[in-house]
Amino acid sequence: MAAAAEAEHHVPVVAPVEADGVFSLLWLIIALPLLGAAVLLLGGRFTDKWGHLLGTAMPVGSFVLSLVSFFTLLGRDDEERQVAQHLYDWIQVGGLDVGMDLLYDPLSALFLLLITGVGSLIHVYSIGYMAHDPRRRRFFGYLNLFVAAMLMLILAENYVGLFLGWEGVGLASYLLIGFWQHKPSAAAAAKKAFVINRVGDMGMALAIFLLFVTFGSTSFTEISVGVQAGTTVGVSGLDTTLNWIGVLLLIGACGKSAQVPLQAWLLDAMEGPTPVSALIHAATMVTAGVYLITRSNFIFENAPHAQTAVVAVATVTLLWGAILGCAKDDIKKGLAGSTMSQIGYMMLGAGLGVAGYAFAIFHLLTHGFFKANMFLGAGSVMHAMDDDVDMRHYGGLQKLLPVTFLTFAMGYLAIIGFPGFSGFWSKDKIIEVALTENLFVGICALLGAGITGFYMTRMMFLTFFTKPRWEKGVHPHESPWVMTVPLIVLAALSVLGGLMLAGNWIVDFLSPVVGHVEHEEPPLPAIVITLIVVAVVGIGVGLAFLLVQKRDVPREAPKDVSFVVKAARADLYGDAINDALVVRPGGHLVTALVATDRTVVDGAFMGGSTTLGGVGQALRRLQTGYVRSYALSVLGGALLLVLILVAVNL
Amino acid sequence: MPYVILSAILFTIGAIGVLTRRNAIVVFMCVELMLNACNLAFVAFAHQHGNLDGQIAAFFVMVVAAAEVVIGLAIIMTIFRTRRSASVDDASLLKF
Repeated sequence: MAAAAEAEHHVPVVAPVEADGVFSLLWLIIALPLLGAAVLLLGGRFTDKWGHLLGTAMPVGSFVLSLVSFFTLLGRDDEERQVAQHLYDWIQVGGLDVGMDLLYDPLSALFLLLITGVGSLIHVYSIGYMAHDPRRRRFFGYLNLFVAAMLMLILAENYVGLFLGWEGVGLASYLLIGFWQHKPSAAAAAKKAFVINRVGDMGMALAIFLLFVTFGSTSFTEISVGVQAGTTVGVSGLDTTLNWIGVLLLIGACGKSAQVPLQAWLLDAMEGPTPVSALIHAATMVTAGVYLITRSNFIFENAPHAQTAVVAVATVTLLWGAILGCAKDDIKKGLAGSTMSQIGYMMLGAGLGVAGYAFAIFHLLTHGFFKANMFLGAGSVMHAMDDDVDMRHYGGLQKLLPVTFLTFAMGYLAIIGFPGFSGFWSKDKIIEVALTENLFVGICALLGAGITGFYMTRMMFLTFFTKPRWEKGVHPHESPWVMTVPLIVLAALSVLGGLMLAGNWIVDFLSPVVGHVEHEEPPLPAIVITLIVVAVVGIGVGLAFLLVQKRDVPREAPKDVSFVVKAARADLYGDAINDALVVRPGGHLVTALVATDRTVVDGAFMGGSTTLGGVGQALRRLQTGYVRSYALSVLGGALLLVLILVAVNL
Repeated sequence: MPYVILSAILFTIGAIGVLTRRNAIVVFMCVELMLNACNLAFVAFAHQHGNLDGQIAAFFVMVVAAAEVVIGLAIIMTIFRTRRSASVDDASLLKF
């Protein structure tokens, strides 16, 4: 990106001050949910009765602490808004010195509020949603484990600590996707998510190795200082190294955030309970990739090629996810495709550099609100429809589920970018920055917004409007208050989330971390861009209205559909591509290796022993049992010896 | 020198006896003949070289021969009791 080079001197270094006062309690934010997980998972069935209450109290406690820390941070000057706490020496081997350090700055502050806030609401919701599950206590244990790992990821001051949390959320995600392990599909989905994430984690681990080799440290503080010093002096080869580090970090981010080409696991991950989909696979964990890139801004700002790669991946993904969202009849998979697409927007923002970081985080926060809201709404609908997820079996639910309908509608208006709602502000800003930086990417983002309007409207109509197409014996009913209250809170946040942009607050707030750049004039006036976005979204909504609301919806998905729909229903052949490129060649390789083992290695081994055995069989015939033949061989041997001695002496 | 030749003749007779005769007692006697042929050679060479090494060796051979006779005859006795035969070719069960 051209802007990156100009903006280089704006990249701030991480320079935290020592934690004091309320910030000395930072460790407690992580420790509380960790304690909850330990008690619930180790305590066994003694904790069955009150486990869900403890599991909910812990993230709420973390949320209160985060809130106090946040307001304390607001009261400080920009220079003192980065706080570090050293807990203990963690790994000290040779030149490697990794401390258990925490870093609290505006970026982590916002993330903490999102994770603990939305997390607490989802915990409350889960009390109702999982009420009849015999393993509810274990579910809350896993959820607490997830929250603890995610907080570790956000608060770590070095890449190794971040990696600890990164793997922790991967583990929790695996456990929760496969929570209903008696379903083979859930077990397979969990395994798929885990394996694909390993590919990304490999990139992440390599990036950390490369960082340590290059800068001799894994701490954000030291690396950001090192990058600045290195680029100022102009160390030869540093550019290339930084680009490689950026690409490897991007691979890690792709795995965690379900970006193309490591996207295939996210739709299957919907096998998990709905609160899991809302918390992990919509609001928090899948956005960790965006966090990673924003946190590593001091690397990406000096790695223009890696930034280009981020933008390319993001653009492909935001269209990919949107197309998947259009074709899915499973309400959760439709939302998952939408999540993929929205994370594509965030990645796009993060890839655009200083101008985009703040908007990426802004969209991440608003998305966290409205997508968690819609997932929980979908869960409420499934609750009403006896766990049926097929939208073709819904219809006409707006009267029967008034609270779910209204809250879902708020999320819907937010995600399509209805003027005034939170998603309108955040997505509009990203599209504006994209259009400024690169016209093609901007147009793709605009197109994505139109498709978003289409598939979300389709979902809305299929579920809440149109004629009822319910299964026999289904009696839809509104969910209990413990599930609707979180919906109402999240709906309110979906509406009001845009306030964070008021007076450019979020941009100024994040500038100590991600830097600040003079506002560049977009090719068209901002108001025109906004109007175009709204118009494109309107076209999408209108199309959905004509195609869904104005026609009868068949209860079975039509079979004779065009090639495009078939491809989209098959996840754009993502699995087929993986199978063709990785799984099947891998299978062939293994088959060949096994064959080699059987024939060459085993052949040499077995052949050798068979030969020796045969020789032994032949030789044992000499053991005749006749004493006189032995005597003859002794005599013959003795004579032979004498002859040899004589011959040698001669 | 003639003693050495006598020793060689005796050894050869003994060896041929061991290889050709089937009766265990005769085989045994032939083994004794070979041992004593060796003794004769030891003593003859000792005399020729004028030291006592060979004579001492002869004593050792005698001691070993005595012990061997005791064990060997005991084995032959036992085999004869069970199999009613003193032929070495009949006792050929210990084979492949």
